[in-house]
Amino acid sequence: MKGKIALITGGSRGIGAAVTKKLASLGADVAVIYAGNAEKAEEVCAFCRETYGVRAASYRCDVSDFAAAKETVAAVKKEFGTVHILVNNAGVTRDGLAGTMKEADFDRVLDVNLKGAFNMIRHCYGMFLKNREGAIVNISSVAGIMGNAGQVNYSASKAGLIGLTKSVARELAARNVTCNAVAPGFIATDMTGGLSENAEKLSASVPLGRMGTPEDVADAVAFLASSGYITGEVLKVDGGIAM
Amino acid sequence: MIFEAIAELIAERNDCDVSEITPESKFADLGIDSLDTVEMVMELEEKIDMEIELDRKLETVGELVEYIESLKAE
Ligand SMILES: NC(=O)c1ccc[n+]([C@@H]2O[C@H](COP(=O)([O-])OP(=O)(O)OC[C@H]3O[C@@H](n4cnc5c(N)ncnc54)[C@H](OP(=O)(O)O)[C@@H]3O)[C@@H](O)[C@H]2O)c1
Repeated sequence: MKGKIALITGGSRGIGAAVTKKLASLGADVAVIYAGNAEKAEEVCAFCRETYGVRAASYRCDVSDFAAAKETVAAVKKEFGTVHILVNNAGVTRDGLAGTMKEADFDRVLDVNLKGAFNMIRHCYGMFLKNREGAIVNISSVAGIMGNAGQVNYSASKAGLIGLTKSVARELAARNVTCNAVAPGFIATDMTGGLSENAEKLSASVPLGRMGTPEDVADAVAFLASSGYITGEVLKVDGGIAM
Repeated sequence: MIFEAIAELIAERNDCDVSEITPESKFADLGIDSLDTVEMVMELEEKIDMEIELDRKLETVGELVEYIESLKAE
Protein backbone atom coordinates (compact mmCIF):
# COMPACT_ATOMS: atom_id res chain seq x y z
CA MET A 1 0.00 0.00 0.00
CA LYS A 2 3.00 2.30 -0.43
CA GLY A 3 1.93 5.66 -1.78
CA LYS A 4 -1.74 5.01 -0.99
CA ILE A 5 -3.61 7.36 1.27
CA ALA A 6 -6.11 5.96 3.74
CA LEU A 7 -8.76 7.90 5.62
CA ILE A 8 -10.09 6.13 8.72
CA THR A 9 -12.99 7.44 10.81
CA GLY A 10 -12.97 6.66 14.51
CA GLY A 11 -9.28 5.84 14.33
CA SER A 12 -8.44 7.03 17.84
CA ARG A 13 -9.50 3.87 19.67
CA GLY A 14 -10.53 0.25 19.38
CA ILE A 15 -11.05 -1.24 15.94
CA GLY A 16 -10.29 2.03 14.10
CA ALA A 17 -6.93 2.40 15.84
CA ALA A 18 -6.02 -1.19 14.91
CA VAL A 19 -7.09 -0.59 11.29
CA THR A 20 -5.01 2.59 11.13
CA LYS A 21 -1.91 0.81 12.42
CA LYS A 22 -2.43 -2.16 10.12
CA LEU A 23 -2.77 0.00 6.98
CA ALA A 24 0.26 2.04 8.05
CA SER A 25 2.24 -1.17 8.58
CA LEU A 26 1.51 -1.98 4.92
CA GLY A 27 2.91 1.40 3.90
CA ALA A 28 -0.20 3.56 3.55
CA ASP A 29 -0.27 7.16 4.72
CA VAL A 30 -3.08 7.58 7.23
CA ALA A 31 -5.52 10.35 8.03
CA VAL A 32 -7.47 9.70 11.21
CA ILE A 33 -10.82 11.20 12.15
CA TYR A 34 -11.92 11.23 15.79
CA ALA A 35 -14.81 12.76 17.73
CA GLY A 36 -13.22 14.15 20.88
CA ASN A 37 -10.21 12.10 21.92
CA ALA A 38 -7.44 14.28 20.41
CA GLU A 39 -4.74 12.77 22.59
CA LYS A 40 -5.52 9.16 21.65
CA ALA A 41 -5.78 10.05 17.96
CA GLU A 42 -2.41 11.80 18.04
CA GLU A 43 -0.89 8.82 19.87
CA VAL A 44 -2.00 6.49 17.06
CA CYS A 45 -0.59 8.89 14.45
CA ALA A 46 2.73 9.28 16.27
CA PHE A 47 3.01 5.48 16.50
CA CYS A 48 2.45 5.16 12.73
CA ARG A 49 4.98 7.84 11.90
CA GLU A 50 7.66 6.48 14.22
CA THR A 51 7.15 2.78 13.60
CA TYR A 52 6.30 2.70 9.91
CA GLY A 53 7.68 6.02 8.62
CA VAL A 54 4.40 6.98 6.94
CA ARG A 55 2.60 10.31 6.96
CA ALA A 56 -0.10 10.48 9.61
CA ALA A 57 -2.41 13.25 10.79
CA SER A 58 -5.56 13.46 12.87
CA TYR A 59 -8.71 15.53 12.40
CA ARG A 60 -11.52 16.24 14.83
CA CYS A 61 -14.88 15.84 13.10
CA ASP A 62 -18.36 14.64 13.94
CA VAL A 63 -19.01 12.48 10.90
CA SER A 64 -22.78 12.86 11.31
CA ASP A 65 -22.43 16.55 10.39
CA PHE A 66 -22.60 16.88 6.59
CA ALA A 67 -20.88 20.28 6.46
CA ALA A 68 -18.18 19.34 8.97
CA ALA A 69 -17.43 16.15 7.05
CA LYS A 70 -17.08 18.20 3.89
CA GLU A 71 -14.62 20.59 5.53
CA THR A 72 -12.59 17.75 7.00
CA VAL A 73 -12.35 15.88 3.70
CA ALA A 74 -11.20 19.12 2.07
CA ALA A 75 -8.54 19.49 4.78
CA VAL A 76 -7.34 15.92 4.22
CA LYS A 77 -7.22 16.51 0.47
CA LYS A 78 -5.18 19.64 1.00
CA GLU A 79 -2.70 17.90 3.30
CA PHE A 80 -2.41 14.48 1.60
CA GLY A 81 -3.47 15.21 -1.99
CA THR A 82 -6.21 12.59 -2.32
CA VAL A 83 -7.81 9.53 -0.71
CA HIS A 84 -7.48 5.98 -2.06
CA ILE A 85 -8.87 4.00 0.87
CA LEU A 86 -11.81 5.10 3.02
CA VAL A 87 -12.69 3.13 6.13
CA ASN A 88 -16.00 4.12 7.72
CA ASN A 89 -15.53 2.80 11.23
CA ALA A 90 -16.83 5.56 13.53
CA GLY A 91 -19.78 4.19 15.44
CA VAL A 92 -21.76 4.57 18.64
CA THR A 93 -24.36 2.60 20.62
CA ARG A 94 -27.35 3.86 22.64
CA ASP A 95 -28.95 0.59 23.66
CA GLY A 96 -32.47 0.13 25.00
CA LEU A 97 -35.63 -1.81 24.32
CA ALA A 98 -37.64 -0.49 21.40
CA GLY A 99 -40.59 0.09 23.71
CA THR A 100 -38.71 2.58 25.86
CA MET A 101 -36.05 3.97 23.55
CA LYS A 102 -35.85 7.76 23.31
CA GLU A 103 -36.28 9.27 19.87
CA ALA A 104 -32.97 11.12 20.26
CA ASP A 105 -31.15 7.83 20.90
CA PHE A 106 -32.58 6.26 17.79
CA ASP A 107 -31.68 9.29 15.69
CA ARG A 108 -28.16 9.71 17.05
CA VAL A 109 -27.12 6.14 16.29
CA LEU A 110 -28.53 6.33 12.74
CA ASP A 111 -26.88 9.72 12.24
CA VAL A 112 -23.38 8.64 13.27
CA ASN A 113 -23.29 5.05 12.04
CA LEU A 114 -25.23 5.29 8.78
CA LYS A 115 -25.41 8.92 7.71
CA GLY A 116 -21.82 9.41 8.86
CA ALA A 117 -20.66 6.80 6.35
CA PHE A 118 -22.78 8.40 3.64
CA ASN A 119 -21.35 11.84 4.43
CA MET A 120 -17.79 10.60 4.09
CA ILE A 121 -18.47 8.73 0.84
CA ARG A 122 -20.38 11.73 -0.52
CA HIS A 123 -17.46 14.06 0.02
CA CYS A 124 -14.76 11.61 -1.12
CA TYR A 125 -16.75 10.54 -4.22
CA GLY A 126 -15.07 13.00 -6.58
CA MET A 127 -11.61 11.76 -5.61
CA PHE A 128 -12.63 8.15 -6.21
CA LEU A 129 -14.08 9.04 -9.62
CA LYS A 130 -10.97 10.91 -10.58
CA ASN A 131 -8.46 8.33 -9.33
CA ARG A 132 -10.22 5.48 -11.13
CA GLU A 133 -9.17 3.19 -8.34
CA GLY A 134 -9.85 2.90 -4.66
CA ALA A 135 -11.48 0.94 -1.90
CA ILE A 136 -14.17 1.74 0.62
CA VAL A 137 -14.68 -0.49 3.65
CA ASN A 138 -17.65 0.08 5.95
CA ILE A 139 -17.69 -1.42 9.43
CA SER A 140 -21.09 -3.00 9.89
CA SER A 141 -21.87 -5.60 12.58
CA VAL A 142 -23.39 -9.06 12.95
CA ALA A 143 -26.18 -7.18 14.76
CA GLY A 144 -27.10 -5.81 11.34
CA ILE A 145 -27.41 -9.35 9.98
CA MET A 146 -29.03 -11.21 12.90
CA GLY A 147 -30.64 -8.40 14.88
CA ASN A 148 -30.02 -7.97 18.60
CA ALA A 149 -32.51 -7.41 21.41
CA GLY A 150 -31.96 -3.94 22.86
CA GLN A 151 -30.32 -2.61 19.72
CA VAL A 152 -33.07 -1.65 17.26
CA ASN A 153 -31.25 1.59 16.44
CA TYR A 154 -27.80 0.04 16.19
CA SER A 155 -28.81 -3.02 14.18
CA ALA A 156 -30.90 -0.86 11.82
CA SER A 157 -27.89 1.39 11.23
CA LYS A 158 -25.64 -1.60 10.59
CA ALA A 159 -28.14 -3.31 8.25
CA GLY A 160 -28.49 0.03 6.48
CA LEU A 161 -24.74 0.12 5.97
CA ILE A 162 -24.95 -3.18 4.09
CA GLY A 163 -27.48 -1.76 1.62
CA LEU A 164 -25.40 1.38 1.27
CA THR A 165 -22.28 -0.72 0.68
CA LYS A 166 -23.89 -2.68 -2.15
CA SER A 167 -25.33 0.41 -3.85
CA VAL A 168 -22.01 2.27 -3.71
CA ALA A 169 -20.27 -0.88 -4.97
CA ARG A 170 -22.57 -0.89 -8.00
CA GLU A 171 -22.21 2.85 -8.62
CA LEU A 172 -18.44 2.96 -8.47
CA ALA A 173 -17.59 -0.42 -10.01
CA ALA A 174 -17.31 1.29 -13.40
CA ARG A 175 -14.45 3.35 -11.97
CA ASN A 176 -12.56 0.43 -10.50
CA VAL A 177 -13.52 1.38 -6.96
CA THR A 178 -14.61 -1.41 -4.62
CA CYS A 179 -16.93 -1.05 -1.65
CA ASN A 180 -17.27 -3.78 0.96
CA ALA A 181 -18.43 -4.23 4.52
CA VAL A 182 -16.93 -6.04 7.48
CA ALA A 183 -19.33 -7.39 10.08
CA PRO A 184 -17.56 -7.97 13.41
CA GLY A 185 -19.08 -10.00 16.21
CA PHE A 186 -17.97 -9.44 19.84
CA ILE A 187 -14.70 -7.53 19.74
CA ALA A 188 -12.87 -6.48 22.90
CA THR A 189 -12.92 -2.64 22.83
CA ASP A 190 -14.29 0.24 24.92
CA MET A 191 -17.62 -0.29 23.17
CA THR A 192 -17.98 -3.77 24.64
CA GLY A 193 -16.04 -2.89 27.83
CA GLY A 194 -19.32 -2.06 29.50
CA LEU A 195 -20.28 -5.65 28.91
CA SER A 196 -17.23 -7.03 30.70
CA GLU A 197 -19.16 -8.93 33.41
CA ASN A 198 -20.87 -10.51 30.46
CA ALA A 199 -17.67 -11.32 28.62
CA GLU A 200 -17.59 -14.91 29.80
CA LYS A 201 -21.23 -15.50 28.99
CA LEU A 202 -20.80 -13.82 25.60
CA SER A 203 -17.69 -15.85 24.78
CA ALA A 204 -19.64 -19.03 25.45
CA SER A 205 -22.01 -18.12 22.63
CA VAL A 206 -19.12 -17.76 20.16
CA PRO A 207 -18.27 -21.02 18.35
CA LEU A 208 -14.57 -20.16 18.49
CA GLY A 209 -14.96 -19.63 22.21
CA ARG A 210 -13.49 -16.14 22.62
CA MET A 211 -14.07 -12.49 21.85
CA GLY A 212 -12.28 -11.15 18.82
CA THR A 213 -9.47 -8.61 18.92
CA PRO A 214 -9.40 -5.28 17.05
CA GLU A 215 -6.51 -6.78 15.05
CA ASP A 216 -8.74 -9.64 13.86
CA VAL A 217 -11.00 -7.01 12.30
CA ALA A 218 -8.11 -4.90 11.00
CA ASP A 219 -6.75 -7.90 9.06
CA ALA A 220 -10.09 -8.30 7.27
CA VAL A 221 -10.23 -4.57 6.45
CA ALA A 222 -6.71 -4.64 5.01
CA PHE A 223 -7.60 -7.70 2.94
CA LEU A 224 -10.69 -6.07 1.43
CA ALA A 225 -8.89 -2.76 0.91
CA SER A 226 -6.20 -4.48 -1.14
CA SER A 227 -8.29 -6.95 -3.11
CA GLY A 228 -9.27 -5.53 -6.47
CA TYR A 229 -11.85 -8.16 -7.42
CA ILE A 230 -14.12 -8.33 -4.39
CA THR A 231 -16.92 -5.78 -4.19
CA GLY A 232 -20.33 -5.55 -2.51
CA GLU A 233 -19.27 -8.27 -0.08
CA VAL A 234 -20.05 -8.52 3.63
CA LEU A 235 -17.23 -10.29 5.46
CA LYS A 236 -18.09 -11.56 8.94
CA VAL A 237 -15.31 -11.53 11.54
CA ASP A 238 -17.27 -13.04 14.37
CA GLY A 239 -15.79 -16.33 15.49
CA GLY A 240 -18.71 -18.08 13.87
CA ILE A 241 -21.60 -16.33 15.67
CA ALA A 242 -23.68 -15.60 12.58
CA MET A 243 -22.98 -18.58 10.37
CA MET B 1 -18.19 31.82 -20.57
CA ILE B 2 -19.70 28.83 -18.78
CA PHE B 3 -20.47 27.19 -22.10
CA GLU B 4 -16.86 27.65 -23.20
CA ALA B 5 -15.55 26.16 -19.96
CA ILE B 6 -17.76 23.10 -20.32
CA ALA B 7 -16.97 22.70 -24.02
CA GLU B 8 -13.24 22.83 -23.23
CA LEU B 9 -13.59 20.12 -20.57
CA ILE B 10 -15.51 17.86 -22.94
CA ALA B 11 -13.14 18.49 -25.83
CA GLU B 12 -10.19 17.61 -23.63
CA ARG B 13 -11.92 14.49 -22.39
CA ASN B 14 -13.05 13.30 -25.81
CA ASP B 15 -9.94 14.47 -27.59
CA CYS B 16 -12.01 16.38 -30.14
CA ASP B 17 -12.30 19.97 -31.35
CA VAL B 18 -14.22 22.47 -29.16
CA SER B 19 -16.21 23.51 -32.23
CA GLU B 20 -17.81 20.06 -32.33
CA ILE B 21 -19.62 20.79 -29.09
CA THR B 22 -22.81 22.83 -29.25
CA PRO B 23 -25.49 23.66 -26.67
CA GLU B 24 -27.66 21.04 -28.35
CA SER B 25 -25.08 18.27 -27.89
CA LYS B 26 -26.46 15.43 -25.79
CA PHE B 27 -24.18 14.02 -23.09
CA ALA B 28 -25.22 10.51 -24.07
CA ASP B 29 -24.13 11.13 -27.69
CA LEU B 30 -20.80 12.46 -26.42
CA GLY B 31 -20.25 9.22 -24.50
CA ILE B 32 -20.69 10.98 -21.17
CA ASP B 33 -22.63 8.93 -18.61
CA SER B 34 -24.00 10.04 -15.24
CA LEU B 35 -20.73 9.35 -13.37
CA ASP B 36 -18.84 11.32 -16.01
CA THR B 37 -21.27 14.20 -15.54
CA VAL B 38 -20.65 14.24 -11.78
CA GLU B 39 -16.92 14.20 -12.37
CA MET B 40 -17.13 16.94 -15.00
CA VAL B 41 -19.21 19.17 -12.75
CA MET B 42 -16.59 18.75 -10.03
CA GLU B 43 -13.84 19.79 -12.42
CA LEU B 44 -16.00 22.68 -13.50
CA GLU B 45 -16.40 23.78 -9.88
CA GLU B 46 -12.63 24.20 -9.70
CA LYS B 47 -12.37 25.82 -13.10
CA ILE B 48 -14.99 28.50 -12.54
CA ASP B 49 -14.61 28.57 -8.75
CA MET B 50 -18.22 28.10 -7.75
CA GLU B 51 -20.17 25.39 -5.97
CA ILE B 52 -22.60 23.44 -8.12
CA GLU B 53 -25.16 21.21 -6.41
CA LEU B 54 -26.15 18.89 -9.22
CA ASP B 55 -29.61 17.81 -8.06
CA ARG B 56 -31.16 16.91 -11.40
CA LYS B 57 -30.53 14.89 -14.50
CA LEU B 58 -29.47 16.99 -17.48
CA GLU B 59 -29.46 15.79 -21.05
CA THR B 60 -27.69 18.44 -23.06
CA VAL B 61 -24.73 20.77 -22.67
CA GLY B 62 -27.11 23.72 -23.02
CA GLU B 63 -29.25 22.49 -20.12
CA LEU B 64 -26.17 22.31 -17.90
CA VAL B 65 -25.16 25.85 -18.90
CA GLU B 66 -28.67 27.14 -18.16
CA TYR B 67 -28.75 25.36 -14.83
CA ILE B 68 -25.41 26.82 -13.73
CA GLU B 69 -26.45 30.28 -14.87
CA SER B 70 -29.62 30.00 -12.82
CA LEU B 71 -27.48 29.07 -9.79
CA LYS B 72 -25.27 32.08 -10.41
CA ALA B 73 -28.27 34.38 -10.58
CA GLU B 74 -29.42 33.25 -7.13
N1 LIG C 1 -16.62 -3.73 19.49
C1 LIG C 1 -17.47 -4.58 18.93
O1 LIG C 1 -17.76 -5.65 19.46
C2 LIG C 1 -18.06 -4.27 17.59
C3 LIG C 1 -18.84 -5.25 16.98
C4 LIG C 1 -19.41 -4.99 15.73
C5 LIG C 1 -19.20 -3.77 15.14
N2 LIG C 1 -18.46 -2.82 15.75
C6 LIG C 1 -18.30 -1.55 15.06
O2 LIG C 1 -16.93 -1.25 14.89
C7 LIG C 1 -16.74 0.17 14.90
C8 LIG C 1 -15.68 0.53 15.91
O3 LIG C 1 -16.09 0.03 17.19
P1 LIG C 1 -15.16 0.07 18.49
O4 LIG C 1 -15.60 -1.04 19.33
O5 LIG C 1 -13.74 0.21 18.11
O6 LIG C 1 -15.69 1.43 19.16
P2 LIG C 1 -15.02 2.40 20.23
O7 LIG C 1 -13.88 1.73 20.91
O8 LIG C 1 -16.15 2.92 21.05
O9 LIG C 1 -14.43 3.60 19.32
C9 LIG C 1 -15.30 4.40 18.58
C10 LIG C 1 -14.50 5.30 17.67
O10 LIG C 1 -15.40 6.10 16.89
C11 LIG C 1 -15.15 7.48 17.09
N3 LIG C 1 -16.40 8.20 17.00
C12 LIG C 1 -17.54 8.02 17.74
N4 LIG C 1 -18.50 8.87 17.35
C13 LIG C 1 -17.98 9.62 16.34
C14 LIG C 1 -18.48 10.69 15.54
N5 LIG C 1 -19.73 11.14 15.70
N6 LIG C 1 -17.66 11.23 14.60
C15 LIG C 1 -16.40 10.75 14.44
N7 LIG C 1 -15.88 9.76 15.17
C16 LIG C 1 -16.65 9.20 16.12
C17 LIG C 1 -14.48 7.56 18.46
O11 LIG C 1 -13.72 8.75 18.56
P3 LIG C 1 -13.24 9.33 20.02
O12 LIG C 1 -12.14 8.43 20.47
O13 LIG C 1 -12.76 10.70 19.74
O14 LIG C 1 -14.44 9.26 20.92
C18 LIG C 1 -13.64 6.29 18.44
O15 LIG C 1 -12.46 6.50 17.69
C19 LIG C 1 -18.10 0.77 15.19
O16 LIG C 1 -18.73 1.16 13.99
C20 LIG C 1 -18.85 -0.38 15.83
O17 LIG C 1 -20.24 -0.24 15.65
C21 LIG C 1 -17.88 -3.06 16.97
